[in-house]
Amino acid sequence: MSTSRLVVVGASLAGLRAVEAARRTGYDGPLTLVGAEPHLPYDRPPLSKEFLAPAPQPPEPPTHRAEHSLRAELDVDLRLGTAATGVDTAARVLHLDDGRLPYTGLIIATGATARQLPNTPELAGVHTLRTVEDAHRVRAELDAGARNVVVVGAGFIGSEVAAAVRKRGLPVTVVEMAPVPLVRAIGEQMGSACARLHERHGTDLRCGVGVAGLEAGEGTDRVERVRLTDGSTLDADVVVVGTGAAPATGWLAGSGLEIDDGVVCDETLATGAPGVYAAGDVARWTNPAFGERMRLEHWTTTAEQGAAAARNALRPVEAQPFETVPYFWSDWYEHRLQFIGVPTAEEVRVVTGDTDSESFLALYRQGDRVVGALGLNERKLVMKFRRLIATRTSWRDGLDYVEGTR
Amino acid sequence: MKIHIDEDKCTGHGVCEAIREDVFEVGDDGVAHLITEELTEDMREDLQDACDQCPTQALRLEG
Ligand SMILES: Cc1cc2nc3c(=O)[nH]c(=O)nc-3n(C[C@H](O)[C@H](O)[C@H](O)COP(=O)(O)OP(=O)(O)OC[C@H]3O[C@@H](n4cnc5c(N)ncnc54)[C@H](O)[C@@H]3O)c2cc1C
Ligand code: SF4
Repeated sequence: MSTSRLVVVGASLAGLRAVEAARRTGYDGPLTLVGAEPHLPYDRPPLSKEFLAPAPQPPEPPTHRAEHSLRAELDVDLRLGTAATGVDTAARVLHLDDGRLPYTGLIIATGATARQLPNTPELAGVHTLRTVEDAHRVRAELDAGARNVVVVGAGFIGSEVAAAVRKRGLPVTVVEMAPVPLVRAIGEQMGSACARLHERHGTDLRCGVGVAGLEAGEGTDRVERVRLTDGSTLDADVVVVGTGAAPATGWLAGSGLEIDDGVVCDETLATGAPGVYAAGDVARWTNPAFGERMRLEHWTTTAEQGAAAARNALRPVEAQPFETVPYFWSDWYEHRLQFIGVPTAEEVRVVTGDTDSESFLALYRQGDRVVGALGLNERKLVMKFRRLIATRTSWRDGLDYVEGTR
Repeated sequence: MKIHIDEDKCTGHGVCEAIREDVFEVGDDGVAHLITEELTEDMREDLQDACDQCPTQALRLEG
């Protein structure tokens, strides 16, 4: 085997799947997993969903594997609570806050961190949601009986937080700069269908307006009001900022690796520096399924990329392109939204149900090809399109397929 | 070799079905079902993939 020490930086989903895959391919050399958080790899999606639901005790976010299983079964040298501070790609050495680590293969899986509101003071009651600590804080605010919750950003996390707040019967306002929620993720037409979903559940959705500032209560350091760009204000005792995530690449400054909203990789997830690969939310790679460069913040892509990067790092000569049809889901109120593929389309057509009902499927067309599918409570049908899109099914055949299932 | 679906955990993402549509299918009830019991050794890698990629960790490969 050509690699004599594989090092994985970032002990979350991508990093975990990388070490698992490394062992599964038969690699039995030294394997180190470095993670800045003090926790074992844990699952983030529940943090904005089940974790916020009312319950006597907050549920523990599921860890994927017990410590013993990682250390003993997979024989991983686990370095939790340790941050990588830089990498010397010529000498093949990773710098840590407590030392240095030579590698032959390196996988960068440092994910992303929540974006903060720019130009706002640090006030109590204002939170982002990325880590288990963040989730505990948001949950504690809701438990303490928040009166006016303002969510900034109607993306997935913001929307899920809004749904969780409504489930507790508390009032919530969502402020979104774009004309509809989720524009980047699912496009404008379907974004407006999702806006109606919020409205039907009593969420006050304000689109096309941004946050101009936050104001503390008289003589306190706790948020009391949110000032909007249209001059209006909202009362708020809790603000959750869901304005997206930025790839965690700060520690790579000066490494010579190409950084452009993520670590830039080729089709095999290779960065160009010898032995260095990237995976997960931090990686921007060319996805052969669409011939586009993308950086996804999706659970399934992250899991797949972690494994693929490890296989390629261990066998660089036989490195395989990593191709995937993106998939993400989001749970709002009692509803499951699922999106497969890419949202840039010349046409979006609703093929089952209608967007004012509780379930529908919409297909996205580029040229003569189906490139995307959005389902609301269409669990049975929607995943069929993951294969159909992967095999580059034509628009006509996609429509016929749906007809045939009726 | 056997695959076990924990119906309490499965929420019907269908990731398993996208990997092996000849083994898994999400039903009208919104959870995955096995459509065959005949699992062969050459499917092992795909089935392991399905277990790893199930977002709710509802799948377990035994044997
Ligand atoms: C609240 C929430 C809800 C979500 N819900 C969904 C959903 O419903 N569906 C979906 O598809 N996706 C969802 N996601 C996205 C999904 O969780 C991510 O795609 C996934 O976590 C990415 O994993 P990752 O391993 O790439 O990065 P991350 O999970 O971001 O982990 C990166 C790890 O690297 C560590 N790290 C960073 N820098 C360093 C360093 N210099 N040295 C050492 N360690 C470092 C970090 O501390 C972190 O532990 C959600 C995400 C969040 C936050
Ligand atoms: S991937 Fe997991 S949650 Fe999804 S249908 Fe299959 S078993 Fe169920």
